Amino acid sequence: METTIKKQIEIIELDKPVPERLLPVRLAAQNGRWSGYWHLLKARLTELRREPGVVFWIFGFPLLMAVALGMAFRNKPPDVSRVAVIASPEAERIVALLNSAPHPELVRADVLSEIDAHHRFQFGKYDLVVRVKDSDTLVYEYDPTRPESVLAHVVVDDQLEIATGRKDRLQSSTRTSTEPGSRYIDFLIPGILGMNLMISGLWSAGFVVVDMRQRKILKRYVATPMRRSDFLLAISTSRLLLMVLEVLLLLGCGILVFHFHIVGSWASILLVSMAGAFTFAGMGLLAASRTQKSETANGIINIVMIPMWMLSGVFFSYEHFPGAIQPLIKLLPLTALNDALRSIILEGAPLRVQVPRLLVLCLWGGISFIFALRWFRWT
Amino acid sequence: MSYVEKVNMNVAIQCRDLKKTYDGKLHAVAGIDLKIQAGECFGLLGPNGAGKTTTIEILEGLLEPSSGEVEIFGYKWKTHGRQLREWIGISLQETGLSEKLTVREIVGLYASFYRNPRDSDEVIEEMSLHEKADSWVGKLSGGQKQRLVIATALVGNPRILFLDEPTSGLDPQSRRQLWEIIRRFQLRGGTVLLTTHYMDEAERLCDRISIVDHGRIITSGSPALLIERLCGTQLVEFVANNALGEVVTDGWDHLPGVESVKRENGNILLSVHEPHVTIPALLAAAQQRGLRLEHLSTRQASLEDVFVHLTGRHLREN
Repeated sequence: METTIKKQIEIIELDKPVPERLLPVRLAAQNGRWSGYWHLLKARLTELRREPGVVFWIFGFPLLMAVALGMAFRNKPPDVSRVAVIASPEAERIVALLNSAPHPELVRADVLSEIDAHHRFQFGKYDLVVRVKDSDTLVYEYDPTRPESVLAHVVVDDQLEIATGRKDRLQSSTRTSTEPGSRYIDFLIPGILGMNLMISGLWSAGFVVVDMRQRKILKRYVATPMRRSDFLLAISTSRLLLMVLEVLLLLGCGILVFHFHIVGSWASILLVSMAGAFTFAGMGLLAASRTQKSETANGIINIVMIPMWMLSGVFFSYEHFPGAIQPLIKLLPLTALNDALRSIILEGAPLRVQVPRLLVLCLWGGISFIFALRWFRWT
Repeated sequence: MSYVEKVNMNVAIQCRDLKKTYDGKLHAVAGIDLKIQAGECFGLLGPNGAGKTTTIEILEGLLEPSSGEVEIFGYKWKTHGRQLREWIGISLQETGLSEKLTVREIVGLYASFYRNPRDSDEVIEEMSLHEKADSWVGKLSGGQKQRLVIATALVGNPRILFLDEPTSGLDPQSRRQLWEIIRRFQLRGGTVLLTTHYMDEAERLCDRISIVDHGRIITSGSPALLIERLCGTQLVEFVANNALGEVVTDGWDHLPGVESVKRENGNILLSVHEPHVTIPALLAAAQQRGLRLEHLSTRQASLEDVFVHLTGRHLREN
């Protein structure tokens, strides 16, 4: 009795009239089966859009990388062989001969003291040292393990022979090729696409979930009637939508800036990208399934990511690695994704050729998803 | 029995012999029984680490008890989890909200999880957040954030509100605002279960409270009744010195109207029902014994006194 009296006294103190508060509440329209899913998806995309860091890492970073590396390896003038001629009365004559040869642009020759010449050769400033022994005898010093040094030796010798009157007995002509399809940028763009699908998959499915768990957002969600499968579905859907954007943006930029040529079909590219996105989302979720701290998730994701980054042929072909470990490299999901993307984009290979690679992807993705769902913790 | 009848049944929350053990040794909850009526505001009062949060999270169906049973409107979490979620609104001790969503987006998101949610704008208005409706959560003050947390609990139009330390860390004005919101919900017929370590909060809000310590309920009842029963209604507090300036603490038990005597750092605390009977007798006794009284004061007994009476410790001490 006493408490109800106390309450009435308190209400009189309040600034709003009492009846208004006693009115029944206004209800919104009844929600359907999928309202939670749609709102989760919308919230996820809204949050992504408002996170400048995420926008940069997903869209800006790969573009920047493609442009930077593409520029570095594009339109490079033919290599110039740098030659140090050791100072002697005959040295100037050698330099003049090189300048009067048919292709003076291939060689840049400087006259230097012997000490200087050797010193700079050792540090790679010069590719070849030329010593004039007497008027008709030259000594070439070069490093057979350095390709540019070997090249300089051959070019300088050739140019000097021609300049001093050698007659070629075999007639030949040359043609250079820097056509789209075989340049470094053509190799690079599918690799960056694969890498980007890996990074954003592991991050948006892995790190983001751990972050939400750490901040008790997941715990609050499961305290509502939200269907848990809706949450995971919304995460996956947002990943898929972003994947389409990533593919279109990177390839579109390649086409516009680098006159990149896509031989295979867009449908195949999207299908393989989808498989890649699914695989890495699964691995991300697995990494996130019970991790409590975002720092830990960060470490786990890096441990997963870095080996593939180096081994799976993002920036250079994995053929350079010893033959013994190549079968293992081919079992990595990023290798399968990169190989499939390259063979579709660059060679126009049909999908049926990609079956083994898709199988590798789906196995990684499927097994990861199964264990992620089994181990997943909401709190 | 129809759905409506079940919901309107008298007992909203009931648990029997609830126990929660971590790693097989630590008893976070060591046997708790509760029976909370529909329409009641019930408080679990106790110091930090008493097991309040573990208890409320078990009742919310977020933690599995090691043993014991929980029923919400007569239903068990195991069999009717999804349905029960529709009926309750929760504010966790620490709730994370996405910093980069707006107030309106968050409330709309939580509304989307319920079959029959309330109108989001009305809830935002009721929480006095309408001016902040389009602000990002990261830009809100502590009090506004806490009101948003309550908004996410209310938007599902729950029958029961579970609030774990709803006002801890808030300034006095924000606390009063939240109390008003909670009371308004109760006036609509809602049931509230809250935990707190603020005595004034429990005294003002709760119809009944249970004092929890070391995972057990020490005592239950209405705040007024507990104070009355355990401490008397009034406390007379003083220090008595003899001619040498020494503190004298004994010899006060037989004054008229004294229920109990407590000594604390030389202070004497008399629990009395009628101060106007006890105080003249106290003054007379002091004069007769040649003692000088210092700091004589009387005050209303509080839940803090109840807690000290029961445990020998203060609620907020670490």
